[in-house]
Amino acid sequence: MKIAVASGKGGTGKTTIAVNLALAIEGDVQLLDCDVEGPNAHLFLRPCIESVRPVGISTPRIDADRCLGCGKCSDACHFNALLRIRKKIKIIQNLCHGCEACQLVCPTGALALEPRRIGSISEGMAGPIPIAFGELDIGQSLSVPVIRELKALVRGHAHTVIDCPPGTSCPVVEAVQGCDRCLMVTEPTPFGLHDLKILAKVLGRMGVPMGAIVNRDNGTYEPLEEFCRSSGIPVLMRIPFDRRIAELYSRGEVLVDTYPGFRERMVGLFNQVRA
Amino acid sequence: MKRPVRQVAVLSGKGGTGKTTVTASLACYAGRPIVADCDVDASNLSLLLQGTPRSRHPFIGGLKADIDPARCTSCGKCEDHCRFRAIRSMKVDHMACEGCGVCQLVCPEGAAVLHETVSGEIFVRDTSHGTVVDAEMMPGEPNSGKLAARVRTLAMEEAKIQDSPLVLIDGPPGTGCPAISSVIGVDLALIVTEPTRSGGHDLGRVIDLASHFNTPCAVIINKHDLNPDLTIEIIHECQRRGVQIMGLLPFDEQAGEAIISGLPLPESAPDSPAEMAVRAVWEKVLAFLEGIPDGPSITVR
Ligand code: SF4
Ligand code: SF4
Ligand code: SF4
Ligand code: SF4
Repeated sequence: MKIAVASGKGGTGKTTIAVNLALAIEGDVQLLDCDVEGPNAHLFLRPCIESVRPVGISTPRIDADRCLGCGKCSDACHFNALLRIRKKIKIIQNLCHGCEACQLVCPTGALALEPRRIGSISEGMAGPIPIAFGELDIGQSLSVPVIRELKALVRGHAHTVIDCPPGTSCPVVEAVQGCDRCLMVTEPTPFGLHDLKILAKVLGRMGVPMGAIVNRDNGTYEPLEEFCRSSGIPVLMRIPFDRRIAELYSRGEVLVDTYPGFRERMVGLFNQVRA
Repeated sequence: MKRPVRQVAVLSGKGGTGKTTVTASLACYAGRPIVADCDVDASNLSLLLQGTPRSRHPFIGGLKADIDPARCTSCGKCEDHCRFRAIRSMKVDHMACEGCGVCQLVCPEGAAVLHETVSGEIFVRDTSHGTVVDAEMMPGEPNSGKLAARVRTLAMEEAKIQDSPLVLIDGPPGTGCPAISSVIGVDLALIVTEPTRSGGHDLGRVIDLASHFNTPCAVIINKHDLNPDLTIEIIHECQRRGVQIMGLLPFDEQAGEAIISGLPLPESAPDSPAEMAVRAVWEKVLAFLEGIPDGPSITVR
């Protein structure tokens, strides 16, 4: 079973759920941290990292001897990554999405595509749990290719837990793609509710079954309850507001080992999700 | 002499550190600035600074491909060439399509065609704390960086029209495209963090991002008393990197209640510990802006 843990709003406890869920699942489980703009799961699991490899996308390089300066490539590039200045082509690497259109249209084969690093993927073991996380290099804007590369590691395990990036745009779609369930972590505030609604719309369009986890909850924020009821989103778990949880989190502790009853609750959550 | 418009972006590597609460409070102290909500994935600012839109602008995010089934011979060329895996069994998944045009280039039948799509809407609202420019993205759309950039441009235009000295930007979490759109060229990136392992880790990444684009930055530590040891660690790390700490905000339950009340902190919890601490931050931001050569004079109410 592939379970995505997502959240429209950041800081709702997404990573806490993903990490503790992975630790509570019995048997063969892997964890992928797809929050590549701020991967944090490893700070809690402290894995032994076995490999780090670069992720690249293909970017053109121009062979000046073969280039006619015709400008076909810059016309074909929809991302303004190729500029023609006085019959010379200039590449703005950061804008290139690696679509390869330029190479397709070049009449002389002057464009060669070569990989350009945009991030990295680290793999390791946290006790018995294989964990992998991606990290977008600073100054790079395209997180989707890093996530895609990371998602390629989903195979050969009975269960996969995916910590998604926050938000509701393309990186989240990429992370959730292909998952059997998505757990939406939210909090009982107007902010949490607003962002939950958008996320639910995205998941609805993708056709991924979803459930909500309400963090820092005292059960009294009626608009959230009403939204979940009326849209048929089951509330799978509520975590009370407790300063001790916040303090354990701040120190990078996992709750299944330190907070009484938490392991049982996570096992219960998994059984509900699986049912 | 025309005053330059100053731009301050409030950022946080990690979500949920109190960025929007800080932005809304600063807007109150600044006395009607222009506020740009560049956190287009989760635009929450207008839940605190409310106002009905004065104008709406459709956002053309980019192009999307579609395949005309009447012409398509199912040769599969488009699917092979699409680097974004947006085509499966002769259907384009609009959420994955980046509008690169490759399918159109390779299709021998002229069946794959690009067209413009509206991928969001931008709003300009007048509120009692200044004009807010924010946006709603169609769920799951790419191009959030482009939309954030567009929101910022509209906010700058408003600032010129209204002769406002300050544009406040509520930035997104992370370091990807919308964060880059928010941090480039601002006078100050104010980074809100919290003393947690994740907060400290992500703070480092955002400081790197600001330095990468030569943007001056300063740090606010929210809920500093949650983990005093880590707070000290973060302060030392900032000192080592030459980054100013502009304030420590206490863990304050009134701040949480302020969000539920739908009002900015200075109105819902005036003189609470958190509110006083944010006010002190504003004085420092002001001093920083006034220290920039040719700085504008901003009056504090
Ligand atoms: S690969 Fe695509 S995005 Fe990159 S330069 Fe070529 S046409 Fe432009
Ligand atoms: S299409 Fe090829 S030949 Fe024409 S300008 Fe581009 S690189 Fe040069
Ligand atoms: S426009 Fe590009 S991304 Fe979209 S379907 Fe065609 S080839 Fe794929
Ligand atoms: S390349 Fe054109 S004809 Fe071939 S499958 Fe794609 S749309 Fe159909």
